[in-house]
Amino acid sequence: MELRPILSTLRHHKLTASLLTLQVAFTCAIVCNVVFMIANRVHQISLPSGLAESELSMLKIAGIDPGENSQARHAADLAALRAIPGVQAAVAVDSLPLGRNDSSYGTCANQQAWNRAMAARSLNGVQGCLNPSVYSGSPGELEALGLHLVAGRDFQPDDYVPAKPGYVAANVPSAIVTRSLAAKLYPGRDALGQSLYMGGRPPMRIVGVVENLLRPRLREPGVNQYSVLLPSIPGEPSVTYVLRSAPQDRARVLGSAVAALTRLDPNRLIPPDGVRTYTQIRHAYFQRDTTMIGLLIASALGLLFVTALGIAGLANFWVQQRTRSIGIRRAIGATRGDILRYFQAENFLIVTVGIVLGVLLAIVLNLLLMTHYELPRLPLWYLPIGAAVLWALGQLAVLSPALRASHVPPVVATRSV
Amino acid sequence: MFGYYLDLALRSLKRTPILTGLMVLAIGLGIGAAMTMLTVLHVMTDDPLPGRSAHLYTPHLDPLPLDYKQGGDGPDPTDDLTWPDAMALLKAQRATRQAAMAGGSLLLRPGRADLRPFYVDGRYATADFFALFGVPFLQGSGWSAADDAAGAQVVVLVDALARKLFGTGNAVGRMVRLGEHDYRVIGVTRDWQPAPMFYVDASAKRYSDGDMFFLPLATAVDRKLDVNGNFSSWGEDRAETRMVSPTTTWLQFWAQLDTPAQAAAYRQYLVDYSAQQKALGRFQRPPANAKLYGLMGWLAHENLVPGDVRLQLWLALGFLFVCMLNIVALLLAKFLRRSGEISVRRALGAKRRDIFVQLGIESALIGVAGGALGLAIAQLGLWSIRQRPDDYARLAQMDMPMLLGTLALAVLASVLAGLLPAWRACRVPPALQLKML
Repeated sequence: MELRPILSTLRHHKLTASLLTLQVAFTCAIVCNVVFMIANRVHQISLPSGLAESELSMLKIAGIDPGENSQARHAADLAALRAIPGVQAAVAVDSLPLGRNDSSYGTCANQQAWNRAMAARSLNGVQGCLNPSVYSGSPGELEALGLHLVAGRDFQPDDYVPAKPGYVAANVPSAIVTRSLAAKLYPGRDALGQSLYMGGRPPMRIVGVVENLLRPRLREPGVNQYSVLLPSIPGEPSVTYVLRSAPQDRARVLGSAVAALTRLDPNRLIPPDGVRTYTQIRHAYFQRDTTMIGLLIASALGLLFVTALGIAGLANFWVQQRTRSIGIRRAIGATRGDILRYFQAENFLIVTVGIVLGVLLAIVLNLLLMTHYELPRLPLWYLPIGAAVLWALGQLAVLSPALRASHVPPVVATRSV
Repeated sequence: MFGYYLDLALRSLKRTPILTGLMVLAIGLGIGAAMTMLTVLHVMTDDPLPGRSAHLYTPHLDPLPLDYKQGGDGPDPTDDLTWPDAMALLKAQRATRQAAMAGGSLLLRPGRADLRPFYVDGRYATADFFALFGVPFLQGSGWSAADDAAGAQVVVLVDALARKLFGTGNAVGRMVRLGEHDYRVIGVTRDWQPAPMFYVDASAKRYSDGDMFFLPLATAVDRKLDVNGNFSSWGEDRAETRMVSPTTTWLQFWAQLDTPAQAAAYRQYLVDYSAQQKALGRFQRPPANAKLYGLMGWLAHENLVPGDVRLQLWLALGFLFVCMLNIVALLLAKFLRRSGEISVRRALGAKRRDIFVQLGIESALIGVAGGALGLAIAQLGLWSIRQRPDDYARLAQMDMPMLLGTLALAVLASVLAGLLPAWRACRVPPALQLKML
């Protein structure tokens, strides 16, 4: 394929061709970053919570009598909930992964790290100290939530301490941590049997390690699995009951649970948004992200669509404009394939220049997004894929006008306009 | 002449219906996306109290110790005031009106069989709150400074709550049980909800439902009622004393300053107050850290627009930009293709300016059609935003200025897009083109 005639034609349409090139460049830059953002959000919404999600339902209740003994009431409620047919387990917890109710405490791997943090009056950046989220619940929590123990043991009955009202958790002798927290606090060592220093509490012995337990509220990537389970029985009047049942039983079980709890105390408050399956909790937590993913997909498709329209529209014009010269070329011996390839090559050239510009723009745009929106760095392998997509799109868009051009009969050359 | 150009433009557009359709579609999509997000931004950053906002200010002090380190994602303690500071500013009376306030959520027991207990959000405030913000009363009135001092057990209800509890009758004089205490209703206000709720704590939802009741701040402090905002403490933090602690911030404070001179004097007063507190050993940081924000300045400082919404706006504007590039290229090709026609008109005596105006009108026509389509797409976009669970969602409505703005933006965009092609086309040399015909 001879490039020279194409280049000389394009020189005649410098402005138009450079506008199209710019459009391809901006589309390439935006689409690469948008696809990267989509990938990030998809990763975010598919983070494992560590729970047996499809089998869990929850009821959030608010006590309205400040004088009562919360733990006695919770125990009575749980007994009634366990009696519901289909309920395999029921526990009281203070918060759930993605439940937005987050209590996190400065926690250090050992006494020395804790002393260093105290001396610095801050945990930020102190070696061996992190800020994990803390979960507490009534006996049987691990089993009921379906948490997967990878080392050590579950809490035993004598580990449990009832929390006083107004306190997030009681002073307990033991703790269970997630695998990623254990690896970060005790790199290269076995976390089992180590002493955990949390807030001003007496040190707690790590008795078990669970595979995953997502935080109630997500933070920057990498720290979302930093969680600690404590054998502290919730003492606040407001509490969340978690029920485990077969997935198809969830709706029925939730209905019976509300009825059972209302029977026990007709005056209690069960806010309507407090009665949900775990699937609904996850869905509600990520609603913004799913909306954003939809919008990002729509805008990427919209951009590609508009760019394809531009390419096709312009190619159409050029074919019309050059009908006569195409006829002449055909008359002096060019085959249909030559004409077809001519337009395809022209498009390839324009799109290629656009892509080169677009790749640079994509990196600049990513740097901008990194400073303003805490987006990670764009992996470089996105760029060749983006380029390939735009090349394919360009060839697809130019195909129909180019085919039309190749069907111009040579006799056109003999006609005047 | 205008009519003639319009006719020419219509003819030209009709000659290439598919291409015209594509251009209208491109500009419609771009304008629709951009206007959807601009409308959301517009309602989120709107003036919550038009007419009053220019005179409302919020003072901020810096009582933090020198070695205090701000945690990563925690609230900024200097966003709020401590109880001693708020009371000092209140007693100094340096502004026309001033009020300290904090949000609270209380359990309301209607004491009726047909109405279960429920939680309501409201505000604990000092007496000037109502006059300061111009809260309109339907019945009764607010409380006095004397009530503040005495910690009176009175409450002002918002109309919606008063109706829910007492029907349409007179609510003033009735009793309401909030939390563990009874309060006498002394006033009912019109349903009043500035958007955004500029006076709430940083942790509150700014666009959700407004306050349903108002209680004297002193009463709330005496009874240690639940506060639903941030408590930021850098000293001893005990539940029993945190509300009156000199090392815990939790109160919002607003003042009415009628003239710039008054505002400047108040700013100086804040610096002087900080210097005095520093001399007393309570403050450690430079007195010049004290700030006075105007209402709109404070909202800008609080940065109410979530990152996602800003990202969506940029995305929409980027999309509009690519659509514009697209239209410029298409119009250029379209106009240049008519070089022959243009050169004939030029040869017959049309000036360059005439050609330019003719082509400009043609692009504006595309803009008007694109604007109409964009308006429809923006309405669809706003409808989808109203389905979101966020608190700002229900505000996403287009008002008249935004409606006209959409059309104007569409016409402006397409005329801008037509400028370069029209300029290029009207510089076609007539003689050369005529020879080629």
